[in-house]
Amino acid sequence: MSAFLFFVAAIGAISGAVGVVMLRNPFYSVLALVSHLVSLAVLFLLLRAEFVAAVQVVVYAGAVMVLYVFVVAYVGGEGDTIGERLHGAANGSSGAALRLGGAVLAGALLVELLIALLGTGLEAVGRYGAGYAPGPHAYGTPAYIGKLLLTRFLLAFEVASFLLLIAAVGAVVLARRRGGLDEDAGEEARITPLDLLRPKHTGTTAEGVGRRAL
Amino acid sequence: MSIGWYLAVSAIVFALGAVGVMTRRNPLVVLLCLELMLNGANLALIAFSRMWGNGDGQILAIVVMTVAACEVTVGLGMIVALYRRKLPIDVDELRELQG
Repeated sequence: MSAFLFFVAAIGAISGAVGVVMLRNPFYSVLALVSHLVSLAVLFLLLRAEFVAAVQVVVYAGAVMVLYVFVVAYVGGEGDTIGERLHGAANGSSGAALRLGGAVLAGALLVELLIALLGTGLEAVGRYGAGYAPGPHAYGTPAYIGKLLLTRFLLAFEVASFLLLIAAVGAVVLARRRGGLDEDAGEEARITPLDLLRPKHTGTTAEGVGRRAL
Repeated sequence: MSIGWYLAVSAIVFALGAVGVMTRRNPLVVLLCLELMLNGANLALIAFSRMWGNGDGQILAIVVMTVAACEVTVGLGMIVALYRRKLPIDVDELRELQG
């Protein structure tokens, strides 16, 4: 059983990777990467890394990939836009297939998360879990990882959190709009106490509608 | 399954990611292929962690995921900034830093 699961997950991971490299449309590359990440999470489960598998699916395939999808939709891919293509597909004959595929993927995600949770969370709550992990502090469970993170690897934990803070601030600085008010935005500006706190020329309507000073 | 199979999958994923980084020109896809390479490394780390029976590799994998998230955030911010400045979204066209 474990060998069968390994080959299914390995083929899924490798085909997902091939899809990321080969597909022309960046939107489909992102979707291929999502399937690759889910297959990789199955491999992590086979290696008894339950917590890392759950993090992989929830954080990586969930949050980070949503960020990717938003940026791809914003910047736009090569050729036709994503919105048109999805709209056409949903109206055409492949709409049903898309919906079925979405349901299947959601079911697979649910099963994977249930395995991760039943193997760890229920085992920690009571003794009647799925029996995947022998105990609440066994190898690879959240308790095990958390204990390691807060004892032996405390420095790495703190450095990683600081790195995340720096990256968040850096992304905001990189992606914000420069300038703000230009010549034809000369309406009567109301001064509120918040205006004293924020940088000049930010937080205005001109910033929102894409006017740039330069 | 022995550890060798997992390492083979990890090597294949890493190589595919490296090929993608070198051949694709869309910076979005280049970032995705970087993710592939990091994931290949993660799989190897977790396989070794299982082989030794302690959790150090898993902690390192989580740290790698954190670094990957930071890299994605900054990279996507740069791509959005490129788009705002109406620069081409193509790594071959962006040659201002070539000297």
